[in-house]
Amino acid sequence: MKKSAFRKFDKVCDILALHKLNPARLIPILQAVQEEYRYLPEEIIAFIASSLHVPAAKVYGVATFYSHFTLKPKGKYVFKVCDGTACHVKRSMGILDAIREKLKLKEGESTTLDLLFTVETVSCLGACGIAPVLVVNEDVHGQMTPEKTVILIDHILQKEATHE
Amino acid sequence: MTPTLTIDQQTIPITGERNLLELIRKANIELPTFCYHSELSVYGACRLCIVHVEGRGLLSACSTLPQADMVVKTQTQEIRNMRQIIVELLLARHDQSCTTCPKSSNCQLQDLAQKLGIKTNRFKLRPNSFPIDESSDALVRDPNKCVLCGDCVRICSEIQSVGAIDFANRGSAAMVMPCFGKDLSKGECVYCGQCARVCPTGAITIKSEVEKVWGLLDDPRSFVIAHIAPAVRVALGEAFGFESGQQTVGQIIAALRLLGFDKVYDTAFTADLTVIEESTEFISRLEQGGPLPQFTSCCPAWVRFVEQFYPEFNKNLSSCRSPQQMFGSLAKSLIPSQINRDRKDVKVVSIMPCTAKKTEAHRSEFITGGERDTDYVITTQELIRMIKQAGIRFGELESGSFDMPLGFKSGAGVIFGSSGGVSEAVLRYVVNKSIDFLEVRGIDGLRETSIMHEGREIRLAVVSGLHQARLLLERIKKKEVIYDLIEVMACPGGCIGGAGQPVYHDESSRKKRAKGLYENDRTMELHCAQENPYVQELYTTMLENPGSKKAHSLLHTRYKNRKRNIGEDITISAASENRKVEITICFGTHCFQKGAQTLTRQLSDYLHINQLNRWVEIKASFCYEKCQKGPLVKIDSQVIEQATMDKIVSQLLMILKV
Repeated sequence: MKKSAFRKFDKVCDILALHKLNPARLIPILQAVQEEYRYLPEEIIAFIASSLHVPAAKVYGVATFYSHFTLKPKGKYVFKVCDGTACHVKRSMGILDAIREKLKLKEGESTTLDLLFTVETVSCLGACGIAPVLVVNEDVHGQMTPEKTVILIDHILQKEATHE
Repeated sequence: MTPTLTIDQQTIPITGERNLLELIRKANIELPTFCYHSELSVYGACRLCIVHVEGRGLLSACSTLPQADMVVKTQTQEIRNMRQIIVELLLARHDQSCTTCPKSSNCQLQDLAQKLGIKTNRFKLRPNSFPIDESSDALVRDPNKCVLCGDCVRICSEIQSVGAIDFANRGSAAMVMPCFGKDLSKGECVYCGQCARVCPTGAITIKSEVEKVWGLLDDPRSFVIAHIAPAVRVALGEAFGFESGQQTVGQIIAALRLLGFDKVYDTAFTADLTVIEESTEFISRLEQGGPLPQFTSCCPAWVRFVEQFYPEFNKNLSSCRSPQQMFGSLAKSLIPSQINRDRKDVKVVSIMPCTAKKTEAHRSEFITGGERDTDYVITTQELIRMIKQAGIRFGELESGSFDMPLGFKSGAGVIFGSSGGVSEAVLRYVVNKSIDFLEVRGIDGLRETSIMHEGREIRLAVVSGLHQARLLLERIKKKEVIYDLIEVMACPGGCIGGAGQPVYHDESSRKKRAKGLYENDRTMELHCAQENPYVQELYTTMLENPGSKKAHSLLHTRYKNRKRNIGEDITISAASENRKVEITICFGTHCFQKGAQTLTRQLSDYLHINQLNRWVEIKASFCYEKCQKGPLVKIDSQVIEQATMDKIVSQLLMILKV
């Protein structure tokens, strides 16, 4: 079930209180907030900034500096295709192409319109032994192929359909 | 024995210098820098001040501590090559439209490229094409010219504690921008322009109104009045070979007449008027027991700072308009009838050391009958440009003199241009004597003094730089200090250090400018605003008494809360019906601590249980000013103070019944 806007905002207040409104805790606060929203909405960044008495431009600077943070809504399932040297040699780009084709993502898009999937590349996940690697949210899938990836997506789609 | 070190074979004593760069400068070697400013924190980003330290290799001098017996070389082939590469790399991503850049001839990048003898660029040009931000009335941001030295970011946060701009993104995508990459006018900028003052290139510049002023001067229907702020007269000459602080007011007047202005007046006249109005207000606050401390209101960046960050102190700001706005309103009421012209034909141009004055002139309170009281504001720099455009040989001009009566002033009005000047002028009024109050003069930190007035001690504080002001406000909030009158100027040193003034790179020119103003005061006949005969006459013929109703309508103003400048309200529960009730809960720090979150939870539960969700929209919002009365909840347009569930529910049910 979708979390209500109220529940999420309530959680932001809890997070801020947990960190005692300490501006030195900005990064953990942003991390926890991103857990809730799956991204950092502008109005929430502004709210955090005003609560911590830090200029909003500074919080925005931190949020755009680290690639972990995102200011655009991400999908429920985030696909991270490793394109480090080992994975690249093992044709990780073929996996990326397969995902993008399967999800019908146009050029420049990384998230599906239904906010179910996001695809991004990362540079080395440190699991070169099982290259090429695909990480879906927290789950690591090693020795992937384009075919296996498509099956994985089908599984997720099925699961989502039965849940609804 | 004093420890020493060796810089290019010279033995230099170390006497408490904060970094190697300062020592190298002491050895009369000017290392190139972009990101080093003695007033700001050390950043060490531009890498231009690299030197060779024996045993340690290449280090940036600005971020290296001087140590005894160091052997430093500032010039080696390797260093020269490195510097050249750094500048070439900067040039490769810099918009090189130098001939049309407002910073041309004052640009440190241009200067450096010349000094280092860069003839070609070995790197592929990668010009950017980011949009230019002209949204504000005061400043223009051109990110295509930014070299990422961070000077603007640091002065905005360290000296002004505003933080309107900061770095965003990373690596080759890094840029300096306002929050969320929005326009400057959408953020928290107070338009002091100190960023433009320290910007080594043309990435942040003053928004010019020169063309508009030429347009006025060319228009035969317009009767164009100029008035000159005190700080301008001790700085403008710098552009024409005069020393900082040297008086060139006679030449400025003569130049303005040559440019075609019909009348040339002195802002110091309305500064005198400000002294009288502000002192009268102050004395009445003393008698009526507050609100104290009274804050000066001459500086528009400071006024905006209070409205934006400390609106709870709005009531402490003197209701007096700034001398610029008093002038506009007065001139437009007086002059049309004197010259038998329509009010709209009379145009007021103020010559200011300040960029925030441009924004001030646009405030809606200062628009009368659809026309601004101050039509245009040009900075010292812009006037210099006009004088140069017209080809006037400034140094050769015969001194002109101000038109009367609005050109007459006392020394009190003149010293307004320096930090501490307004206080001193007010003190001279309160004690009704011409005394020099040396305690409030100077540039640094907080200055304070006290005097006895009718058996009561009056405590004064003077600060310049908004960070200093913020520290002071916080201490006042905690009741650690008690003052009756506080003067704040946003720019370090006051208006003489304004962002509209000729660019200066060392502190001494600011000091010389201040000295120039105080010398001017000393040589004048009158030193107290109340002695100005034309101001006295103005009260007899028009304004009645200081603080009168008439004076209030022309010379005073009001302030508003601008705290919610950034960010929209957050919808936390949407309504599905068209006829909905909007409940906005304040989540400012005070209300947050007083239980806004619990209240929101209870409200959400209540709506859910009573199935009222679809009729009611809940939003979270930032600060409604009246923090002492929190938690604050707004239902449609009704604000409920010290809100409780009972209060909210009864109001809600009342609305829903209707």
